[in-house]
Amino acid sequence: MTEAEQSWPEAVYRELLRADVRQVGYVPDSGISRLIELCHAGATTTAVSLTTEEEGIALLAGAWLGGQRGALLMQSSGIGNCINMLTLTRACRFPLLMIVTMRGQPGETNPWQLPMGGITADVLGLAEVSVREAATADSIAGYVAEAARAAFDGPAAAAVLIAQSVIGVKVFED
Amino acid sequence: MDVTRSENFALHRRDVVAALLADRGEMLVVAGLGAPAWDVAAAGDAALDFPLWAAMGGAAMVGLGLALAQPDRRVLVVTGDGEMLMGLGSLATIAARAPTNLAICVLDNERYGETGMQATHTAAATDLTAVAAACGVPVTATVRDGTGLGAAIAQLRGAAGPVFVTIKVRAEDLALVLPPRDPIHLKDRFRDALSGDTA
Repeated sequence: MTEAEQSWPEAVYRELLRADVRQVGYVPDSGISRLIELCHAGATTTAVSLTTEEEGIALLAGAWLGGQRGALLMQSSGIGNCINMLTLTRACRFPLLMIVTMRGQPGETNPWQLPMGGITADVLGLAEVSVREAATADSIAGYVAEAARAAFDGPAAAAVLIAQSVIGVKVFED
Repeated sequence: MDVTRSENFALHRRDVVAALLADRGEMLVVAGLGAPAWDVAAAGDAALDFPLWAAMGGAAMVGLGLALAQPDRRVLVVTGDGEMLMGLGSLATIAARAPTNLAICVLDNERYGETGMQATHTAAATDLTAVAAACGVPVTATVRDGTGLGAAIAQLRGAAGPVFVTIKVRAEDLALVLPPRDPIHLKDRFRDALSGDTA
C-alpha cells in the first residue's frame, strides 16, 4: 500500500476541518472506516451513526438551520435511499457535502451491488448533485476540498465518489 | 383493529398545539409535513418555525441536526403518526446521540390526513411511544385526554431529553392554515432569526 493509500483519510479529515464541518452523518463502509474513526475522535466534529442514509440529508439540513456545516459519508448503495429526502436539499438550497465509496465497479464480486453502483453517478446528476470521481487515493482530499467549496459557497449539493479500485474489492469466500 | 376509534378521541390537535407553543420563548420548532405544519401555523406563524412541506420521515432528523448545532436552545419537533412511521429508524439514531435539548411530539390521529384519512399502523397495532422507549429514548409518555396533558407539555418544553410524547388526537377535518410555502424563504428567515445569517 502506498503512502497516499494509507493516509488519505487523514488528508480528507483535515479538509473537513478546514471547511469548518462540525456534524458528520454516516452509514459505515469498510472503505471509510478510518475516516469515521477520525470524525468520532475529533474534538470539533460530532459523528452521527445513521440507520439509513436519508436520515443524514435531514440531519444536515437541521445542522445548517442551526448554523453548522456538515458532511455525509456512505457507500454508493446508500445514494438510492437518499433520493426523495434530497428534496429538502434541492428545494431549500441547503448545502450538502457527500463522500461516497463506490461498490459495483469493475472487479466487484457481489452481483447484488451492480444495479445501484452502476447508476450512482447518473442518479446524483439527476438529483442536481455535482459529482467528482476520485480514481486515485492521492486525488481524494483535493476533490473533497473543491466539493466543500462548491457546497458551502453555493450553497449547493456536491459529492465525491471514491472508486472501488482505491478502496479495494471485497472478496467473499465460503 | 378499530379504524374509527380516533374519531372519538378527546383531544383536539389545534388546542394541543396552541397550548404546546404558548409563550414559547426561544424554542426552535420543526413541523412535520401535513396537518402538524398547519397546526403550528394556526398557533401563529413564526420565523423560528421550520415547517416541512415534503421530506416525509425527516422531521425528527432535522430536529436532531438542529439540536446538536444549538445545544443551548430547546428544539421541539411536532409531527404526525404517518410521518413518524416513515422515519422510525431516526428514533434509534436520536437515542444513540441523545441530545438533552431535543423533544418530539407526535400528534397521533391514526390517519394519513392529507391523502384521504386512511388508517396508519397506529390504528392497528403500533405504539409509537413504546417504539421510542425501546429505541432507548429516555423520557417518553402517551397522552389520551386532558389528564396528563399539562405534565406532558412541561416535559416536551423543559425536561432533560431526548423526550418523546405521543398525543392521541381526534381524527377531524379542519380548515387549512398554511405557513409560508417558499422553501428558500423558510430556510433563510429561520437562519436570520436564529443567528442573523441568511447565507
